[in-house]
Amino acid sequence: MTAKAWLSAINSAILIAALLVAWQLLFAVAGPQAMAPPLQTFRYLAHLLTTDAFRDHLEATARAFAFALLLALLFGLAIGFTLGMHRFASEVIEPILVSFYSIPKITLYPVILLAFGLGLPAKVAFGTIHGFVPVAIFTLVAVRNIDPVLLKTAHVLRLSRRKFVMSILIPAALPEIFTGIRIGFSLTLIGTLLGEMFGAQRGLGYLLMTAIGLQNVELIMAVILLIVLFAASVSTILIVVDHRLHRRML
Amino acid sequence: MPVTHLSLRNVTRIYAGAAPGHDLHALGPIDLDLEKGEFFAVVGPSGCGKSTLLDLIAGLSLASEGTIEFEGRPIEGAVPAGIGVVFQEDACFPWLTVADNIAFGMRQAGLGAEESQRRLDHALDLMGLGDFSGAYPAQLSGGMRQRVCIARTLVLQPRLILLDEPFGALDQQTRLLMGDELLRLWRDTGATVLLITHALDEAAMLADRIVVMSARPGRVLEIVNTGWPRDRDSRIVADSAFGDITGRLWRSLRGESLKALGRTRVTE
Amino acid sequence: MNRAARYRILLVAAAIVLIELLCRAGVIDRLTMQPPSEMVRDLVVLLASGSMNGAMLKTLTNVAIACVLAVAAGIAFGVMIHGHRAVRNGLEPLFATYYAIPIYAFYPLLIILFGLGDAPQILIGFMLAVVAMIVNTLNGLDRVPRVLMKTARIYRLGPVATARKITLPSAAPYLLTGVKFAVAYAFIGVIGAEFIMSRTGIGYEISFAYNNFDNKTMYPLIILILIISILINSTLSRWEALLMQRRSRT
Repeated sequence: MTAKAWLSAINSAILIAALLVAWQLLFAVAGPQAMAPPLQTFRYLAHLLTTDAFRDHLEATARAFAFALLLALLFGLAIGFTLGMHRFASEVIEPILVSFYSIPKITLYPVILLAFGLGLPAKVAFGTIHGFVPVAIFTLVAVRNIDPVLLKTAHVLRLSRRKFVMSILIPAALPEIFTGIRIGFSLTLIGTLLGEMFGAQRGLGYLLMTAIGLQNVELIMAVILLIVLFAASVSTILIVVDHRLHRRML
Repeated sequence: MPVTHLSLRNVTRIYAGAAPGHDLHALGPIDLDLEKGEFFAVVGPSGCGKSTLLDLIAGLSLASEGTIEFEGRPIEGAVPAGIGVVFQEDACFPWLTVADNIAFGMRQAGLGAEESQRRLDHALDLMGLGDFSGAYPAQLSGGMRQRVCIARTLVLQPRLILLDEPFGALDQQTRLLMGDELLRLWRDTGATVLLITHALDEAAMLADRIVVMSARPGRVLEIVNTGWPRDRDSRIVADSAFGDITGRLWRSLRGESLKALGRTRVTE
Repeated sequence: MNRAARYRILLVAAAIVLIELLCRAGVIDRLTMQPPSEMVRDLVVLLASGSMNGAMLKTLTNVAIACVLAVAAGIAFGVMIHGHRAVRNGLEPLFATYYAIPIYAFYPLLIILFGLGDAPQILIGFMLAVVAMIVNTLNGLDRVPRVLMKTARIYRLGPVATARKITLPSAAPYLLTGVKFAVAYAFIGVIGAEFIMSRTGIGYEISFAYNNFDNKTMYPLIILILIISILINSTLSRWEALLMQRRSRT
């Protein structure tokens, strides 16, 4: 690892340590009725992961998330590419996508529940509508903004459309597309969990909601911890890949 | 009787490095005297410290050694009154109109409304910006934006005007025309002008005297006297003396430029 | 209005007409969704009756509070850490992964800590919005061109004058971007929280209506939220585009 990478890793380690200390302090102030401290939470989470009941919930969330992510990527890339290649269409539709991005999508949840019924399809739908938008927008922009000189080069080399897309367009647009995918990943996760927080009978989101009802502080914290660990670590990996891809851009 | 307006004695600039022995000796030692009212140009290879020189004279940076005196008073890391600077980069304030940009400094200096307006109108007229006074910099071309920056400097009536490659981003023909404008301004205001440029022909055409600097650390290699009449303009590029001066500059400079590029061998 | 905008309006109108026809034809049954024309009519009736005024006031107040707090804290914090490389580098991983983490997951924790009043909603809105404001403040301050700071010194401006006359106007478009995000996130946060678990606010009313099979109330409210959200966002976007336009180099 380079010196820079080491520094970065140490940096993150210090940050994590600081957050853990803050957590412990918050617990000292708030008391065991309101929260659980770090060590206890980690232990409880480790214990939960051995129980079948918890693993069932985990599996339910994982399945919903995987489907939602697949669909988000499929829709997002398809829409993004299609619009990116047709300037006028993208001018018409992009503002609609951007507006869709900024609305509180949770207000659409009842509509989705009514349309898909309770259970897996609704969760997946909710996750997908959260995730496909950044994928679509970033892909659209990346394809549309391809350096015109690359187009001219392709003409001069008399490349077929397919060859152009595969050997020039996609590599050139990849860094920005990947950023969209990275953001889409996170948002799909958020959407799936959010969808599980009601109208579901299994999954981590559902677990979180029942834990409130039961005032089970330990469970709440353990689930939050698991979610945060997963989201943060995958996101970090994706960011590193994102940086690598962008480094080779001019 | 020529009066010394700006004098540099033994001026050196060294940037401290991370480790001892890794200091960057950017400039000097330099000895230079500028006469009041003269048009003085500085040419040199890239990296020789031309911009550093300007920073030192403007008071934006402190010399590691030596003294700089402007109108008899030392410049020591603070910007003295009476000096105007036109930078290489576009320094227009994008959120202000052309007129507000130009008027910016006058409000600072506490000039009265009537006098400010008079100077503003004069500057707009002088720089050919009258039709654009309500426009925003983003609507103007690069050349016009530099004119705005020059106008902004002029309205405060500086006695010494420093220009750091002001026309670097412009095409050759625009530069020649801007050179004409600069000469007009110089005559009009009677200020002393110090122009830093990498374009030898620009220096040869505009200046009374040109200092040729060596590769880093920049030192004075030679000072060339052009002997041009005061009422010159860009048409002197047709004069045979112009070619001689430019040739002389390049003869001094070529070796230094190669050094700056990293070649050690200089072929005759 | 340009061509693209006209097509866009046509597109949206066509979609609404399509849904209207599908509803009236019975392809979409009444239990799922009533025709859009009825939704609009019911919305007008609902607003006229004033029965939602309390909820609307509550929601908008909470959003406003969350937003103002986030913008103030975000700018203040951004300004504070702007010059300090070490602190910024230290916090960088947190800022980078922040929006990948489901902040909603913390909502149960906030409820336990603060009870079921307004505080948890406002806090979620704040937590979602504040980092966007910080990041955009830092970005805006970073983008003040060095040559403008040099110019400030040439004019011998003191630190306060420099900040007021040069730093702030220069960073303004980016600060506005931050405000735009802060508003959107505060909105999403508060409404989402009201939806998940709350006793007041429009989000709660939508949830309540859903649970009581009251489409007549639910859909109009959803439309109301969507309209408000889109209006606020496009106004801020247009303002932002205007400021940015003055920066574009021709």
